[in-house]
Amino acid sequence: MRGLLACATLARRAAAASSTASSTAARRHLAGAAEVAEAELKKTALYDFHVAHGGKMVPFAGWSMPIQYKDTIMDSTLNCRANGSLFDVSHMCGLSLQGRQAIPFLESLVVADVAALKDGTGSLTVFTNDKGGAIDDSVVTKVNDHHVYLVVNAGCRDKDLAHIGAHMEAFQKKGGDVKWHVHDERSLLALQGPLAAPTLQLLTKEDLSKMYFSDFKMIDINGSACFLTRTGYTGEDGFEISVPSENAVDLAKALLEKSEGKVRLTGLGARDSLRLEAGLCLYGNDMEQHITPVEAGLSWAIGKRRRAEGGFLGAEVILKQLKEGPKIRRVGIFSQGPPPRSHSEIVSGAGENIGEVTSGGFSPCLKKNIAMGYVKNGLHKAGTEFKVVVRGKQYDAVVTKMPFVPTKYYKAP
Amino acid sequence: MAMAASRSLWASRAASFLRISTFPRAFSTVLKDLKYADTHEWVKVEGDSATVGITDHAQDHLGDVVYVELPEVGASVTQGTNFGAVESVKATSDINSPVSGEVIAVNDELLEKPALVNGDPYEGGWIIKVKVSNAGELNSLMDDEKYSKFCEEEDSKH
Repeated sequence: MRGLLACATLARRAAAASSTASSTAARRHLAGAAEVAEAELKKTALYDFHVAHGGKMVPFAGWSMPIQYKDTIMDSTLNCRANGSLFDVSHMCGLSLQGRQAIPFLESLVVADVAALKDGTGSLTVFTNDKGGAIDDSVVTKVNDHHVYLVVNAGCRDKDLAHIGAHMEAFQKKGGDVKWHVHDERSLLALQGPLAAPTLQLLTKEDLSKMYFSDFKMIDINGSACFLTRTGYTGEDGFEISVPSENAVDLAKALLEKSEGKVRLTGLGARDSLRLEAGLCLYGNDMEQHITPVEAGLSWAIGKRRRAEGGFLGAEVILKQLKEGPKIRRVGIFSQGPPPRSHSEIVSGAGENIGEVTSGGFSPCLKKNIAMGYVKNGLHKAGTEFKVVVRGKQYDAVVTKMPFVPTKYYKAP
Repeated sequence: MAMAASRSLWASRAASFLRISTFPRAFSTVLKDLKYADTHEWVKVEGDSATVGITDHAQDHLGDVVYVELPEVGASVTQGTNFGAVESVKATSDINSPVSGEVIAVNDELLEKPALVNGDPYEGGWIIKVKVSNAGELNSLMDDEKYSKFCEEEDSKH
């Protein structure tokens, strides 16, 4: 909510709450350095395109990104689920690891069973530190035995690359065959919603009906060589399209035109509502250095072989938590009163602190408050009642299963 | 001026009913007989009673209001100090009182229909009524022309 930064009081809270994002962006706001940082913000290949379409640009993880366009966040969120959304997510970092040991190398840093993935398929995974905490979450795709493709969070780019780079150097010294390429020559578009597939189909010869959730292909789209992944961050069916940056604006225009205006440009504001409704974690809010994938409810992403063998950073901590259960757990919450936000306290009926909200807001689809947060193990079961504290007042809240809005991934029959 | 203002207020209301977003607009509606605070609240004074709400400019920047936190009747409010909050889909914003005094009424309708703040910020979207304890404070507030300029300057900074 860049515009509100000017208004004294109305602005301050808005700025804090709407830096939906990365801790980097939030810290900048708190430090009051947003103005200074603005000149240094990076721009995606679509920057002028966003501005021309009424994009309200805000600083986000070192980038100038559209928080919304002319549609309100409410309307954008609803339209994504009814029709479709096009997001510029070029601030995210695409990365290829290649070489004979690319997979064993990556497996030393993440919890996924990458080797077991079929060629051209992917999975959500987590980079861990030696205490089992999450350095970042990422979608990893096994292109083939010697090539994995990853997309990591914009706000984590520097630390991820430093982390991967340091381990890669050590790995190479021991004779391991792996090298990387950061895809800075490419832009990333996310096309999401029920019209995503029919719209994209008009721009490629590839039969998209045979491509399922988390499948990956290198194909021609709108005349350029793209990496296509059937994935997203909204809970809807959809795609992420890595396109050479010189063709990114043309592809964005073509997608909007082919949908006859039904797929709308959508900013980070609605993206955050959509992912929250889908129960997906936002790194920096719902997952942090000190949170393990088990606590975050991502045990399903820890491969069977990995549970047996370990071999990733922090494996001892994580495998122990898998066996004994974690002390805290991420839960979904419905609540009364004003929408809880990140850092709202969670208390028992007796007023004792039992946890904290990490993301929260008003659900445009459900028309009620939704939130996720961490509570003590044992208080995580659906139906458990407690209170959330907003501006000093306690409001009734109840644990509910996630996703809040049913997901519509296009899965193999 | 008043005619133009009410016509554009109607337009913004109509747009909001039709779910057409008029954002970002160059100029938000400002009414002539109100006073304005630099934190984007308006106040309408009738005798010693003052009605308080947030401006069209403020609601426009906030987006869809989903919750309004109201004070209790009988609470005292102080000029420039927070008495409640408006929540949009993404953001929480404090509401400051443009005048000091005692809260004599709150707009309960907002509990059911918070969107009134967006669709009808100067009428149905009023937030509290205050029994003014110090009428002299009104002199520190802006009139419509000054507030319009203030908003333009703020917007031009971004």
